[in-house]
Amino acid sequence: MENLDQFRKETKEWLEENCPPEMRKPMGPGDVVWGGRNCKFPHPDAKLWLERMGEKGWTCPTWPKEYSGGGLSFDENKILQEELMAIRARPALSSFGIWMLGPALLEFASEEQKKKYIPEIVKGEIRWCQGYSEPGSGSDLASLKTKAEDNGDHFVVNGQKVWTSYADDCDMIFTLVRTGPQEPKHDGISFLLIDMDQPGVTTKPIKLISGKSPFCETFFDNAIVPKENLVSELNKGWDVAKRLLQHERNMIAGMGLGGAGSAKKKKDQTISSGMATLAKTYVGEEEGKLANAGLRQKIASFDINSHAFSLTMKRASEESKSSNSGPSPASSMFKYYGSESNKLRYELMLEAMGTKALGWEGEGFGPAELAITREWLRTKANSIEGGTSEVQLNIIAKRVLDLPQ
Amino acid sequence: MSLVLNEEQIFLKDSAKKFASEKTPTTHFREVRDSEIDNCYDDKIWQEMVSLGWTGILVPEEFGGSNFGVAGISSILEELGRTLTPSPLFSTAVVGVSLIKHASDDVKKDILIKVVQDGLRLCFAIEESNHHDPVKISCEAKKDGSDFIISGEKSFVIDGGFADKVIVACRTSGKEGTKDGISLFVLDADSKGLTITPTKMVDSRNAANMKFENVKVSSDTLIGKEDNAYEIIESVLDISRAAISAEMLGSALQAYEITLDYLKEREQFGSKIGSFQALQHRAAIMFSELELCKSCVIESITSFDEGGNDSERLASLSKAKVGEVFHLISNESVQMHGGIGVTDEYDIGLYLKRARVAEQIFGDSNFHKNRYAELTGY
Repeated sequence: MENLDQFRKETKEWLEENCPPEMRKPMGPGDVVWGGRNCKFPHPDAKLWLERMGEKGWTCPTWPKEYSGGGLSFDENKILQEELMAIRARPALSSFGIWMLGPALLEFASEEQKKKYIPEIVKGEIRWCQGYSEPGSGSDLASLKTKAEDNGDHFVVNGQKVWTSYADDCDMIFTLVRTGPQEPKHDGISFLLIDMDQPGVTTKPIKLISGKSPFCETFFDNAIVPKENLVSELNKGWDVAKRLLQHERNMIAGMGLGGAGSAKKKKDQTISSGMATLAKTYVGEEEGKLANAGLRQKIASFDINSHAFSLTMKRASEESKSSNSGPSPASSMFKYYGSESNKLRYELMLEAMGTKALGWEGEGFGPAELAITREWLRTKANSIEGGTSEVQLNIIAKRVLDLPQ
Repeated sequence: MSLVLNEEQIFLKDSAKKFASEKTPTTHFREVRDSEIDNCYDDKIWQEMVSLGWTGILVPEEFGGSNFGVAGISSILEELGRTLTPSPLFSTAVVGVSLIKHASDDVKKDILIKVVQDGLRLCFAIEESNHHDPVKISCEAKKDGSDFIISGEKSFVIDGGFADKVIVACRTSGKEGTKDGISLFVLDADSKGLTITPTKMVDSRNAANMKFENVKVSSDTLIGKEDNAYEIIESVLDISRAAISAEMLGSALQAYEITLDYLKEREQFGSKIGSFQALQHRAAIMFSELELCKSCVIESITSFDEGGNDSERLASLSKAKVGEVFHLISNESVQMHGGIGVTDEYDIGLYLKRARVAEQIFGDSNFHKNRYAELTGY
């Protein structure tokens, strides 16, 4: 305990000294720092903040020190996050490298690969995107066809990936490719790290029902990939893929948080529900109660589920603290519940706001209202990306409940 | 609050699990249910619970209890809920004891020691209508010198049919539907003028109606202050709501596990029915919902012992969520069992009946959703 108190004190002091004032202001939509070779910083302070946090390894606080991570324990990281929250510090770096690839590399990559790639992720030097889905391989991901052929000291990759978020701004793509066309489908897949800065790789943005989106199609046309970019063994990529998907699912599950439950009640503070506050603005109230009884009941149900869900995320993290096991098949439960809950959140906002949440652009609507319209449409993909809700339920049934095939 | 149990609580839970599997499997519930006695109650089992110290878990050490806390007794109830163990443990050791803790020192000394040592049985007479409503109290206690005269009726008194002592919520002033003017008294079940009629509930949980006709009690039997018992009632109700949620979670988990086993063994169309996606998805959804219930229950039962300041809302969270999920699981379990699910021979139907009655105890999901919204400011 004493050590933790000391750690908190030092962390507080360090943050006070090193987190630039500009980085303690609320973030706008364009303020996310994604890193990468051509990283765009919204402000010079953002660059400084990333450099300082990256140097300490605190962009990836719990990763091992030997690969430039922060080397913090579960409890120390909790303190760091609390102190960052206390000064409302912006995240120094957001990236798929942190959320998805890094944890999988730490588990599956060779020593050389870890030494090369992990520090780049920590410091935000390389921006990664994910090449999993293909036009014909969505829920049935393992049927993927993009192929990598052995050509001596390198692979030659041909095929197409889809839903590659931010591919047009990324430096590298971690990709599932078919290397064993004769093998059963799960046993012929390899995990390759591909540099996108070459003529054989091109991208094209995808427009969604919500309008502009970060999603792209990515095409491989005789792309060249050195042999040392193969992670794990040849044809053993599915194990890496599954593990990485669990990390992705945990990340998406987090979107289901929010609402009355996630706001922790402090002494003498009244608790509020974001959804109810919004609804009161648009529907009005009578004697402190939301004026529309039917909507009030729906919001109460939503808040209760969202409260229960956030407690469950917390419980899972406390339980895994001792076993240090990382994500499990139960992460499918979080992905399922979190994404369904987030969809419901936006449906309820629409219900509360009526026509004000149905504007597309221009006059008659506030910017926040227009954003909600777009976000509502965007949430429809929550229960599709990273494995559909139905796929998650299949995984729970088979791998958690052990129901027969 | 903690989201994991401590060693002491795990120990209590494990010993209750052992007790339930060895002494009170569902066959025990059936035996008592099908016997000729009015109440679904076995005194021998009750005395064994008493000798294990379970009635003293919420009792302070000075009165012979262990003071192991709400999380401790709730963990026991969860395990007993798995086998539908009939006993007045909830009404005595949770509701009754928590109320008596607010009584005068003399009353505490008199009653709590007997609860711990002899298994004196307590019950709480509060409800007056067919829905839980702790302010809808018209049963009247009129001052008469240093005594009070109680007249009125109470219903759905859990374990009221064979309790030794009755704690009754009465109106001493004010209008029905208001918090002010409510008082609590404790009296003997065989008091003159008190008629107790056991009501046979669908799940054989013990309940009773009570009629008070000019029942005279001394003002020494007041719990808390005259006219001002509402705060006590509400705080005890919250402990009780959290504890009964734990019992319901135990029953729901058991019903779910029985069903899961059945899905793995029953064959139709040449396959195990658990291989059908139509059933798999529903089973997976129930699994997820139960995980949420576990978190609500543990957060809520530990909040009382750890002095949290959100216990009220957590109690409503727990009772609302577990109520809904037990409801869902009880229905789905019967459906997934098919024909045998609606036979008395199979246990699964017992859980359906148990769910509906337990949902009503101290507020159903609608009541608690409304309360959760109020406590959250809308």
